[in-house]
Amino acid sequence: MPENGTRLSYREAVRDAMSRAMRADPDVFIMGQDIAEHGGSQKVTLDMLEEFGPERVRNAPISEMALTGAGIGAAMLGMRPIVEIMYEDFFTLAMEQLVNHAAKERYMSGGQLKVPLTLRTQGGAGWSSAAQHGQQTEGWFVGVPGLKVVYPSTPRDARGLLWSSIYDDNCVLFFEHVQLYNLREQLPEELEPIPLGKARVAREGEDVTVVAIGPLVHEALAAADQAGSDGISVEVVDPRTLQPLDEEAILASVRKTNRCVVAHEAVRKMGFGAELAALVQEQAFDWLDAPVERVGAAFTPLPFAPVLERAAVPRREEVYAAIMHSVGRRTDGE
Amino acid sequence: MAKLESRTSLLSGELERFLGKMLLIRHFERVVEDRYRDGEIPGFVHLAIGQEAVAVGACSALEPGDVITSTHRSHAHALAKGTPARAVMAELYGKTEGCSHGRGGSMHLYDVERGNIGSSAVVGGALGIAAGAALAFKLRAEPRVALAFFGDGATNSGLFHEAMNLAQLWKLPVVFFCENNRWAESTPFAQHSPIADLSERALAYGMKAIKTDGQDVEAVRSATNEALAHSRSGAGPVFLVAETYRLTPHNVGDPQEYRDRAEYEQTRATQDPIVKLREKLRLPDERFAELEREAETAVVDAVEFARHGTDPDPRDLFDYVYA
Repeated sequence: MPENGTRLSYREAVRDAMSRAMRADPDVFIMGQDIAEHGGSQKVTLDMLEEFGPERVRNAPISEMALTGAGIGAAMLGMRPIVEIMYEDFFTLAMEQLVNHAAKERYMSGGQLKVPLTLRTQGGAGWSSAAQHGQQTEGWFVGVPGLKVVYPSTPRDARGLLWSSIYDDNCVLFFEHVQLYNLREQLPEELEPIPLGKARVAREGEDVTVVAIGPLVHEALAAADQAGSDGISVEVVDPRTLQPLDEEAILASVRKTNRCVVAHEAVRKMGFGAELAALVQEQAFDWLDAPVERVGAAFTPLPFAPVLERAAVPRREEVYAAIMHSVGRRTDGE
Repeated sequence: MAKLESRTSLLSGELERFLGKMLLIRHFERVVEDRYRDGEIPGFVHLAIGQEAVAVGACSALEPGDVITSTHRSHAHALAKGTPARAVMAELYGKTEGCSHGRGGSMHLYDVERGNIGSSAVVGGALGIAAGAALAFKLRAEPRVALAFFGDGATNSGLFHEAMNLAQLWKLPVVFFCENNRWAESTPFAQHSPIADLSERALAYGMKAIKTDGQDVEAVRSATNEALAHSRSGAGPVFLVAETYRLTPHNVGDPQEYRDRAEYEQTRATQDPIVKLREKLRLPDERFAELEREAETAVVDAVEFARHGTDPDPRDLFDYVYA
């Protein structure tokens, strides 16, 4: 272990943020399915039971709706619960509580209540998890006033943003991607909270801006390398928080590069990228030299067969093609 | 046995105070209907006429630190929990002086300071929240209880079963308080419940169940005391069923064509909790009239207050969306 910090995986970074908060604050606790002895379906809460005990690492029955409700109620009474929803697909089971209660208790009460609840979840394609264990649902929640939506792409961001989510006084939906859990990064010993609503420029460039979230940040970085060897300089912006969105950072980048590609793993049609594209055309139309390119999954349920899954979900090749299309170059070899 | 031991014998002075509260709720609801029909109150309103003894009996048993959650039929709960009639009426009028500052309306009355953490207008929607409030009490080792009001219709919702299961599993200090008024909007009890005795729902979870007469404020108070004592002791949740009657349509404007006219009139004539309490107390006509006048005066005052309330400023549209 290096002296100046620790090399943490994305999985460990999430665990580190939770554990530090739970050490510092008796009001923080976690509940979810299979999170205790089993350590969670993705082992994110591994060994937390040993440190914090079953009262604060609460293994729960398969009752997403009641669990979410209980998180809301405990948060309204001043605690800072974390609820782990095993797969983001299962948010569907808690939708009523999230949309009608978590998002609105503060509003409907005229400001008397706060709901400092964090719901962590994970999902994503790449391992044939099929149509009910791999879809990306973050875009369903960004249009609900009262909710915040966070989607980190690196260990550093996961740790710093989760800390800020736990200590935010609103309900935060925190999305993790299954393919990122083993990604490692050298992190300082001291946790650095990252404010919600602040984007990160993952790579600076001059010719095209790619606004990417989650695993597509890494796909965009790879595509940027490839475009670089073609003489195209790509800037990659990771919003990190989808709601509230750091509009200024995105617009500043587009005003610099004059071209924009938006990329996410969720379905392209009606997706969050459409909002990004609308933002760019509303606020930076005069700076654009090309239409905004959108990269996202095909409008199908997530397929099981590996060949179909790959055909449905965007990766670096699709981001690269969009970059090249944006600068007016063909990528089909003709 | 335990039921008998914990039954408190209330002094008639206290019962008279309950009668006054029930009369306040009755007059409040009548005037709300009137003002709504005149177009003064926006949205739509559900009245608790017939269910006053439930709200008053239950809320009178609560300790200062206890909390309640309520339903779309929320005026009685709010008033019984101590929110001033002025603040409730102003909310119905959409004024900033309202108990939810004009952001909630009839179906979303809040008074967190007095322990009303809100009414869910999604049937059964607050049951998980009540369990969560109870979880907070348990984790902090505070001797407090959460009491969730809901109706018979809610017992068919998924969240009811999930919340009952979770609460019993974790021994949470929560009282699931079912007001069985025998109607889920226009659907009669027999068309929505496969069992006649709702308290049997608790059997599936190994939960303590208590049944009470919801038209008898003293019985409701006593049953709630028993439930609260059980939960406060750390023994876990209680499913309390109060058999009551909706002596009013589902909401103002509902012609109630689905309801047998004769049954409705008969029930109104025989199941009025205010008439029952008045008879029980053998209250002289003069004293009853005095209590009625007090209630009327308070409601007239509340309407005047609401009428002269302040409309929220559209510039404050985004207040309270995020903390």
